[in-house]
Amino acid sequence: MKKTFRILSAFLAVVLLVGCFVSCGNNTSDSEDTKADNPNKSDVTGTTDPEESEASGTFKIGFIGPITGGAAIYGTAAMNGAKIAVDEINALNGNVKLELKCEDDVHDNETSINAYNTLLDWDVQAIVGCVTTGPCVAVSAKAYEDRVFMMTPSASSTDVIDNKDNMYQICFTDPNQGIASADYMAENMPDAKIAIIYMNDDIYSQGIRNTFVEEAEQKNLSVVYEGTFTKDTSTDFTVQLTAAKSKGADLIFLPMYYTPASVILKQASDMGYAPTFFGVDGMDGILAMEGFDTSLAEGVMLLTPFSADAQDERTKTFVKSFEELANDIPNQFAADAYDAVYAIYEAILVAGCTADQDCETICDALIEVMPELEVSGLTGTMTWDESGAVSKTPMAVVIKDGNYVLPTND
Amino acid sequence: MDFLKYLISGVSLGSVYAIIALGYTMVYGIAKMLNFAHGDVIMVGGYISFCAMMYWELPIWVSIICAVIVCTVIGVIIEGLAYRPLRQATSLAVLITAIGVSYFLQNSALLIWTANTKSYPSIFPGNIELFNGELTISVVSIVTIAVCVLIMVALTFFTDKTKIGKAMRACSENKNAAQLMGINVNRTISLTFAIGSALAAIAGVLLCSSYSTLIPTTGSMPGIKAFTAAVFGGIGSIPGAFLGGILLGIIESFAKAYISSQLANAIVFAVLIVVLLVRPSGLLGKKIQEKV
Amino acid sequence: MKTKTMKINKSHKFNSFDFITYLFIIIAFIIVYFLLSGGKLNNQQVGWIIPVCCYMTMAISLNLTVGILGELSLGHAGFMSIGAFTGVVSYIAFSEAIPNTVLRVVISMIIGALMAAIFGFLIGIPVLRLNGDYLAIVTLAFGEIIKDIINCLYVGFDSKGLHFIFGAFSKKTAADLKLADDGIVIINGAVGVSDLKLPSSSIAETIRANAKASGTKIKASVAKLEGNTVMFIIGAVLVLVSLIIILNFIRSRTGRAVMAIRDNRIAAESVGINVMRHKMIAFVISAALAGAAGTLYAMNMPTLQSTKFGFDTSILVLVFVVLGGLGNMLGSMVAAALLYILPELLREFSTYRMLIYAIVLIIVMLATNNPLLKNFISKICSGIKSIFAKKNKKAAVADNISGGDNNG
Repeated sequence: MKKTFRILSAFLAVVLLVGCFVSCGNNTSDSEDTKADNPNKSDVTGTTDPEESEASGTFKIGFIGPITGGAAIYGTAAMNGAKIAVDEINALNGNVKLELKCEDDVHDNETSINAYNTLLDWDVQAIVGCVTTGPCVAVSAKAYEDRVFMMTPSASSTDVIDNKDNMYQICFTDPNQGIASADYMAENMPDAKIAIIYMNDDIYSQGIRNTFVEEAEQKNLSVVYEGTFTKDTSTDFTVQLTAAKSKGADLIFLPMYYTPASVILKQASDMGYAPTFFGVDGMDGILAMEGFDTSLAEGVMLLTPFSADAQDERTKTFVKSFEELANDIPNQFAADAYDAVYAIYEAILVAGCTADQDCETICDALIEVMPELEVSGLTGTMTWDESGAVSKTPMAVVIKDGNYVLPTND
Repeated sequence: MDFLKYLISGVSLGSVYAIIALGYTMVYGIAKMLNFAHGDVIMVGGYISFCAMMYWELPIWVSIICAVIVCTVIGVIIEGLAYRPLRQATSLAVLITAIGVSYFLQNSALLIWTANTKSYPSIFPGNIELFNGELTISVVSIVTIAVCVLIMVALTFFTDKTKIGKAMRACSENKNAAQLMGINVNRTISLTFAIGSALAAIAGVLLCSSYSTLIPTTGSMPGIKAFTAAVFGGIGSIPGAFLGGILLGIIESFAKAYISSQLANAIVFAVLIVVLLVRPSGLLGKKIQEKV
Repeated sequence: MKTKTMKINKSHKFNSFDFITYLFIIIAFIIVYFLLSGGKLNNQQVGWIIPVCCYMTMAISLNLTVGILGELSLGHAGFMSIGAFTGVVSYIAFSEAIPNTVLRVVISMIIGALMAAIFGFLIGIPVLRLNGDYLAIVTLAFGEIIKDIINCLYVGFDSKGLHFIFGAFSKKTAADLKLADDGIVIINGAVGVSDLKLPSSSIAETIRANAKASGTKIKASVAKLEGNTVMFIIGAVLVLVSLIIILNFIRSRTGRAVMAIRDNRIAAESVGINVMRHKMIAFVISAALAGAAGTLYAMNMPTLQSTKFGFDTSILVLVFVVLGGLGNMLGSMVAAALLYILPELLREFSTYRMLIYAIVLIIVMLATNNPLLKNFISKICSGIKSIFAKKNKKAAVADNISGGDNNG
């Protein structure tokens, strides 16, 4: 009797499973139908273009990032940034409209590829993503084969863009940041005894540390201590800080995101240890952290392309829209994703794509125009080289009274 | 001097593990289940006290009490809804349900408090300098260690001397026999979950005030470490959990300082394996005679 | 006593349930094959296929440890990790020696399985001396240790062969591998494997190149489909081979001894069964299959980091096993497939997705362990049984022989 039950339930389950595949298989044909409808739609909206661009229609833009899980903070910020940009562009009522579909990747390579495949089935035409580096490397390899244009807001490793002509970055590459940090230190504090604390199992952190150490060696900076931690040991830094203190370090370089950095700042203060802290763009957002005592970050220096306190009109509007949407202050991820959407939008305008083209045609058209494109966004004025790396100037700022200010040389 | 600093940092880290491990061990001793959701109750405790302090602007002590009350209620509800119906089921079924509860708590926290990292305020700010400033100890470390010892002593007294404590021990020895003696087994188990969850709330507050970030997955890794600590000391034994937690913290701290900070976790686990090979039921665990 | 006789009956002859397990899996694979090669699946579903095959293999191999051997393992992903990284290293290292991609994938899988088996043996020596929850925690510990160690491992390959560095005690980078100019870094410490040229795309390229040589032209999408189909066949064969190994093992003399140890160790020992040896055989087989699954997994991922194979993945596989039923291989495989696909189907709910998954998990556990519900279902089953018996006479005959004892 029991056995029959087992067999029966197994049978039902297999039927269900096959049903899953079959029923979803039907969806493909549905989406093909809608795709066939698309050109008609774009014909209807196709009126004269204010910017004299041939581009027209509603383009399908996909977004991939961690919306749940441990890295959700970066993904949700970027998602909201992208949403704001899309809303703004659609509110212009131009010929080109964008439709955004956001998929969750839980900061996991495997899920990220699933998210990407979901977007492909939706007939995506360009992708903003992925937000985090590991998943981005995985997805970009697939997108390269399928010829889908991708613009990552924040995956900064060179692995993301290496040998892939369809990949472009909004953020600085890791080597860029490591070198810029070392150069800045060599210029402004050449005698500092430097300690580095970095996250060993994180591509971003490790990547910046590697180029920083190389550059520091060339510039004769003295690195007295290197401490590492992993995701699993990112709560207690007293050991690393004690070691750095006893080696006499007076400058601590923190190539990491702001969450562990905030712990380091707090524990250093609890220990009564007060060196100069130097961060990279991942440090941005530390001041907006709920409950964070900003006095702890007093004097922290960081390289960042974006500051929510900037006084220009565009940043102000963006911060306002972001607060309305997410009830929060935007960080660099939000700004990067916002810029990524605009970069794709501008590229579409220049290339004169139409929404009835498939992703491959659009991808090739966009790749052609990217090297000549110049986009001014929230994170500065950006141009791209053939490899896909962005060039914009990182800005060194220092935190004073809970605000970013330009460092004064004394 | 550095040695002493590492030792103190280890003991302070270990105290947090020990408090969590005490909760694990209490529940395991009676319900004979690995409550993987325990780490997430810690996270809930952290968030509740954070909200109480930052949003409702309650004083620290009231916030801690709030966290303790909410966690106790959550613990009892989880036990009643998810674990009680499975009392007759295999221990693996309960384990998987506990994992389900853990996912549930994490994702609810994600929806309620969003993914944004909260920075937990310093509850016990300041530090004490000894030996002409050579050695600084933060107040929060001292408080953590003190609270941990206090809880351990109180729990030992509670289980050894009080009537309810004796009922708990009876249930853990033999549920059927305990029932025959007129002990309400279900109520005793609920009570154990209540105590375990209250401890988790306190651990949450101390964990967050030492290691100041708060995200929905804050509790998972300390939860696993504390579970390791509980096994290390002999699961089910209250002094064992205390000893295991402290030792684990010290080993982790020394491994980071003297061997390799990358392998700190691996070294902790390697020591655990060696200890279990020498003493298969943990440092202070009871050797159970096999019945033939 | 009755259940005991049934178990012995079961193990003696070719079991009807085994037959149904094979039948269902083969039918499911054939259906998927035709859907896939006919281009009926969308990209999302094509993407599921290889991971589902991996998790199916993982689930049945863990079921061997948990269901048949009766020991809870919380570190099974560690073996998957060993298989995955060894597999990638040998896949790249043999790229010149064995030009045929399919053969190379298969050989990498075998090497991955062997390596995992060696580690399974080494880890088994201490682990299998322990009991119950202590054993569980030690497997968890080994899983975490493997994860951390691979995090510090640098492997490169050039014309002189493989280069290894272990960078835990001093700060090393891939540059310290001192590779020749033609060298490639395969595993770059914590960054792991990046930019692996996937076998499926290599196959697709070969197909296009061959077609070009013979004068015909094949569209890229068709070639891609071919590549995916070949990988699916490899995955399906892996699942089937694992299934055959495990089911035959269970029905073998050694397998019966292992189950005897599970049911009563002391009794088994007293009739002269070498406990340690039999436990070890089961554990090593389980590790080896997990290693092969890991290689297949790696062959489908352009990038791979060891952090993927942590506690969470071990737990995920354990959930498949428990939901599918301990010792029930068909159940494990079906649970693996369904539970892998469930969160993907819930994508529309975005942030509520994992919350729904958690609730489903709890409800399913409560429902399957509810005595009232169990009775209710088995009542329905006995009703359906007669209908089912007519449909599948051969199976029903075998069923009645063993089922007869149970009812009587």
